[in-house]
Amino acid sequence: MSTVYQQIGGGAAVDAAVDIFYRKVLTDDRISRFFDDIDMDVQAAKQKAFLTMVLGGPANYTGQDMRRGHQHLIARGMNDDHVDAVIELLGQTLAELGVSPAAIGQIAGVAESVRDDVLDRPAGSPRGTQPGSSNTAAAAAAEKRGPCGPSCGCAHNQ
Amino acid sequence: MSATTMATAVTLTLTTDQEQSKSFTLEPGESVLSALLRHGVAVPNSCRAGACQSCMMRATAGTPTPDSQKGLKDAQRVKGLFLACACVPTSDLTVRFADGDTASRAKGVIRRVDRLSHDVARVLIETKEPVSYFPGQFLNLVRSDGLVRSYSLASLHSPAGVAPGDDALELHVRRVRGGQMSEWLHGDDVVGETVELHGPMGDCFYVAGRPEQPILLIGTGTGLAPLYAIVRDALRHGHTGPIRLYHGARGPAGLYLIDELRALAARHTDFAYTPCVLEGPADDAAVRVGPIDQVVLADTPKLTGHRVFLCGDPTIVTALRKRVFLAGANMKDIYADAFVMRASS
Repeated sequence: MSTVYQQIGGGAAVDAAVDIFYRKVLTDDRISRFFDDIDMDVQAAKQKAFLTMVLGGPANYTGQDMRRGHQHLIARGMNDDHVDAVIELLGQTLAELGVSPAAIGQIAGVAESVRDDVLDRPAGSPRGTQPGSSNTAAAAAAEKRGPCGPSCGCAHNQ
Repeated sequence: MSATTMATAVTLTLTTDQEQSKSFTLEPGESVLSALLRHGVAVPNSCRAGACQSCMMRATAGTPTPDSQKGLKDAQRVKGLFLACACVPTSDLTVRFADGDTASRAKGVIRRVDRLSHDVARVLIETKEPVSYFPGQFLNLVRSDGLVRSYSLASLHSPAGVAPGDDALELHVRRVRGGQMSEWLHGDDVVGETVELHGPMGDCFYVAGRPEQPILLIGTGTGLAPLYAIVRDALRHGHTGPIRLYHGARGPAGLYLIDELRALAARHTDFAYTPCVLEGPADDAAVRVGPIDQVVLADTPKLTGHRVFLCGDPTIVTALRKRVFLAGANMKDIYADAFVMRASS
């Protein structure tokens, strides 16, 4: 089964989607303040990576990237409501590009799956759960250990 | 692909300023990023899918694959920038880190200083060997005592393949009170001094192609320097779409090159020049009064399909960038160069 990424035309279509999505984000009063004072080119590249991932295109993001990348925004008050707004604008963007409502629902589900990472709290947290730094520390330690376990002795444990 | 080309090993060479260049043989199907990481070269990277652009590098010999330049700005493509994770080379390639833009160094002699306004001087620098650059890029000017400042190039002398224009490098230097370099360049005895030039750098320049595309250029202060070069570069490339230049200053005394730009507009019907001042009144009826973003957007509210160049004061450039993007210009078509002024040190 082809992904929505392939259906809408791959990387070029995602470029178009980024411009539409980013314009919505910058003009949305609920979340635009989080996007002030940043380099727009850098931000657009990040949004392209995000859209590529949720559309099922090639991506190598980990939960840790999501956690690290949003901690400064949590410090500025980012919460579930802001994540809701992003998912809503994502849906509007895809609708403008002619993606079917069923596919948009599926994509929103993918975006939903990183909510706890973005808000830096344990997976499956109920709405409104505050970020948990102990969880971040545990996850960071797990990532540092790597896939081979603490007794392996390989470079992952250095 | 034939069996013979399949069998040809592709060599990847990495050059840096610090060490001797290193060459690696690529595995079949291996990307530049994978090969460098495999050999212990620390390359910044994140998505490894051609999206996040953190692994951007520059090819100095050989051609990066088209896949690895998708999503980049035209100005980045012509400079040989590409994404290492998305580049599986089919022929030999020599690369360097993208921030290694300052590889070229040249000695120059200051030949002339002309006053363009009460606080802006045109400084002409001659080099023994021609310096290759895209008009509108900037370079670092290094004085003999090591003091360094960045200046944009207003001149047209250009890389191989295009007929050369002006012979000397032209910089526009605003006198900053207490500014060590600008006070020196505005001084009486600077002509004949030798300086070192590092660069060129930056993505703010005209790329030939899409000649019918409307171009909008907005600059404040000496942000006019690169725009003056870009406008003339576009015109000599035979750009056919409308080209509109807005130059903003706080008051009328901050405007310069007015006569030259008006003469240029008289010669080219597709080029329009609009001087703006923040605080009026302007003696000249053709000078518009008001914040420059408002003046521009009142003339052209929809910027869909435009190529946009923004240069000058960082606060204004940042704000303009958002305004022109929200007015419909694509991110990839917006080129911005923010000037940071230093009073001393």
